[in-house]
Amino acid sequence: MKEIKVLGSGCEKCVKTAEIVQEVAVQCGVEANVVKDSSPQVILEYGVMKTPAVVVDNQLVHSGSVPDRKKVAQWLE
Amino acid sequence: MLSLFTKFADWLCYELLGLAQDSKLGDAVHFFIEDTTKIFFLLIVMIYVIALVRASLDIERVRDYLAQNNKIVGYFMGSTFGAITPFCSCSSIPVFLGFTSAGIPVGITMSFLLTSPLINEVAVLLLLSLVGWEITIVYVVLGLVIGIAGGFFLDLIRAEKLLQPFALKAYEAGVMPDRERSHRPKLAFAERHDFAKTELFDILSRVWKWVFIGVGLGAALHGFVPDSWIEDNLGSGQWWSVPVAVLAGIPLYSNATGVIPVMESLVVKGLPLGTTLAFCMSTVAASFPEFILLKQVMTWKLLAIIFMLLLISFTLVGWLVNIFYAF
Repeated sequence: MKEIKVLGSGCEKCVKTAEIVQEVAVQCGVEANVVKDSSPQVILEYGVMKTPAVVVDNQLVHSGSVPDRKKVAQWLE
Repeated sequence: MLSLFTKFADWLCYELLGLAQDSKLGDAVHFFIEDTTKIFFLLIVMIYVIALVRASLDIERVRDYLAQNNKIVGYFMGSTFGAITPFCSCSSIPVFLGFTSAGIPVGITMSFLLTSPLINEVAVLLLLSLVGWEITIVYVVLGLVIGIAGGFFLDLIRAEKLLQPFALKAYEAGVMPDRERSHRPKLAFAERHDFAKTELFDILSRVWKWVFIGVGLGAALHGFVPDSWIEDNLGSGQWWSVPVAVLAGIPLYSNATGVIPVMESLVVKGLPLGTTLAFCMSTVAASFPEFILLKQVMTWKLLAIIFMLLLISFTLVGWLVNIFYAF
């Protein structure tokens, strides 16, 4: 079970990012719990300055754009 | 070269659509066609070219640079970087926290955040092509001055005491970012091209509707408000017209792309430059939706101070420019 957090202020791109991650997880048959988090404390904790950002099992793997599907699949491996 | 767009609008409007040259509708439609085609052409070319150049400038570098410099230079650089760094308003919270937790004073961070919506490449480009280089320079210089002075003032009143407790803690614990980590290799052209392409689509997808709204309003003003009305009623820069313009700009929420075509129309109609600038700056920079976002890191008191600070600066800018241009 992968714990995935999408960090961002709740803008369009963050919503899109969460959707993509969820879809790819289903496609790859990976069990994942995707949550969106807009709390400034959490954003600060990961030192993110560009949103949307993606955290997989407490590791920051991406920030600043909607990630492409290939990348997302790599994180989920 | 830009006269091409006038000719195109002449052709489309008067020959193809058969509108009368001196009719109100013809005038408005002509303005709309000329400006939208011109603006989209310029946007596509210039956003791409500028993005190629600044592909290597990102927000982490700006932070590292600001954290390493002294305060006086800091306000100036914060404001300048605010003008040239690509940055979307939905990132203002992460940027604010990123800067603050690197130990950058709140004033310098705010210099960056205040200037950012006022000046950017799209705004400068539109100003240059629609209202000429003189007004462009006045606008850019005043935008920078507001950012610098605003930031300086906020540090003077020790604005960090009015942050949310967790943000204040992060500021006090401020760690200088690690230089090694932020060092990045030079970008190849292919990477620059990719960046520029993404930027182009990203910016266009955000601003296209504002171009239509802005030019639409500008065209309506241009065609349907009688030439003498603005000049007769507001043309001599009555002192009260500036604060009224600033207040009128608050509920109108737009970005620079949308407001500059309106600005063009207002200036042509004889609204004094200072009043016009005050109105535009207020529309662009003093918007409630974006201010409310900052509540997550600031107290209401600080938010109110910054809001008042902006309104007062825009009013002063309007008055000064009106006085200056009256002579």
